[in-house]
Amino acid sequence: MLAKRIVPCLDIKDGRTVKGVNFVDLRDAGDPVELAEIYSREGADELVFLDISATEQKRKTLAELVYRVAEKVSIPFTVGGGISSVEDVDVLLRNGADKISINSSAVKNPQLINDLVAKFGSQCIVVAIDAKKINDRWMVHLVGGKVPTEIELFSWAKEVEQRGAGEILFTSMDHDGTKNGFANEALAKLSTEVNIPIIASGGAGTVEHFTDTFETGKADAALAASVFHFKEIKIKDLKKELHKNGIPVRL
Amino acid sequence: MKIVIIDYGAGNIQSIKFAFQRLGYEAVLSHDAQEIQEADKVIFPGVGEASSAMNKLKASGLDKVIPVLKQPVLGICLGMQLMCHSSEEGETQGLGIFDTEVVKFSDRVKVPQIGWNQISNLKSELFEEVDEKEHIYLVHSFYAPLCKETIAESFYELPYSAALQKGNFYGTQFHPEKSSMIGERILMNFLEV
Repeated sequence: MLAKRIVPCLDIKDGRTVKGVNFVDLRDAGDPVELAEIYSREGADELVFLDISATEQKRKTLAELVYRVAEKVSIPFTVGGGISSVEDVDVLLRNGADKISINSSAVKNPQLINDLVAKFGSQCIVVAIDAKKINDRWMVHLVGGKVPTEIELFSWAKEVEQRGAGEILFTSMDHDGTKNGFANEALAKLSTEVNIPIIASGGAGTVEHFTDTFETGKADAALAASVFHFKEIKIKDLKKELHKNGIPVRL
Repeated sequence: MKIVIIDYGAGNIQSIKFAFQRLGYEAVLSHDAQEIQEADKVIFPGVGEASSAMNKLKASGLDKVIPVLKQPVLGICLGMQLMCHSSEEGETQGLGIFDTEVVKFSDRVKVPQIGWNQISNLKSELFEEVDEKEHIYLVHSFYAPLCKETIAESFYELPYSAALQKGNFYGTQFHPEKSSMIGERILMNFLEV
């Protein structure tokens, strides 16, 4: 049976992890490679690296990081953050990334999805969507959720699927950072509207939240950052608990 | 031991090279027929679309080289699919090593299948010391149905071939290089056949 995936997300700036990461056993708390290795050993199914740096050097630094991660880590990983061209993706995949995720660049230029899929295949193209409920409608936001658009979540998700994306990473801006649970209603609707895997993001606070997002939200994978970084939830314990609740996981 | 990863411009070969490096082996990337023929072990990777990958193989003449290799050959993901006789993806002929076609999952399940699934009915030295029901990592929309060459099966919508073998030719639908410790075990087993 296909297992539900647990996906820690690392924010990267200039090749280093940002946000406090509370790992006493880390030699270098800012080294994404070391952190990735730890998560991999603890049973993470996949990793996401989100590059938030905005420097000229960004592309080169990220490509180098991808190479170092691929060298050490034997589970799949996705790289996202400011990727906007076929060339960007080519370099990252050649350096060993398994998947790349695009967000704002896809909204601004939807044809980019088709171009990437044609060149690299659906399997490695993730479209990340940030959305927020406004007047009872889920609206897509850009630039890390700061800039609203006129695009509605579900129609955009369908378009993304039609253009060939292999997976959707959906972040609810209303839930992100609240630790009150994932946006399960919207997630469940996404799963009925499109037929590609959905990664739930935003709102993880407790083990029950993960159970809920797999059961009620029908999510295929759940992504979280701080609950893992600050060891509020240990991946091993989380997976044991999910297993106990009858959710298929890789133990 | 000389390990050659066939480099024909299709897929994430860096990850496979790194996986062997972690096991203590240096693998060489090559599209040179002679270098491939002289290797002790050959890896035939592949990610992307079947018909365009097949065209790349034909353009380089490797479609004639691979089926007559005598040493152990391991096809991974699309590599395995191209070793079959045909694929629905782009309606292409394959290399005809495995006597099965490759078809698409229906829309009763989410396509592509992405993630960790279990393997069972393990039947080859490739799975020495690998337990039934272990999880391996896959990303694919097309699959080889169960056939006489199936050496491991998985279930997604229906039971299908997670791995195939015919003589010195092995193929895994999953990515051993991305399947954590189980994947490393399988790669080691391949090096030992």
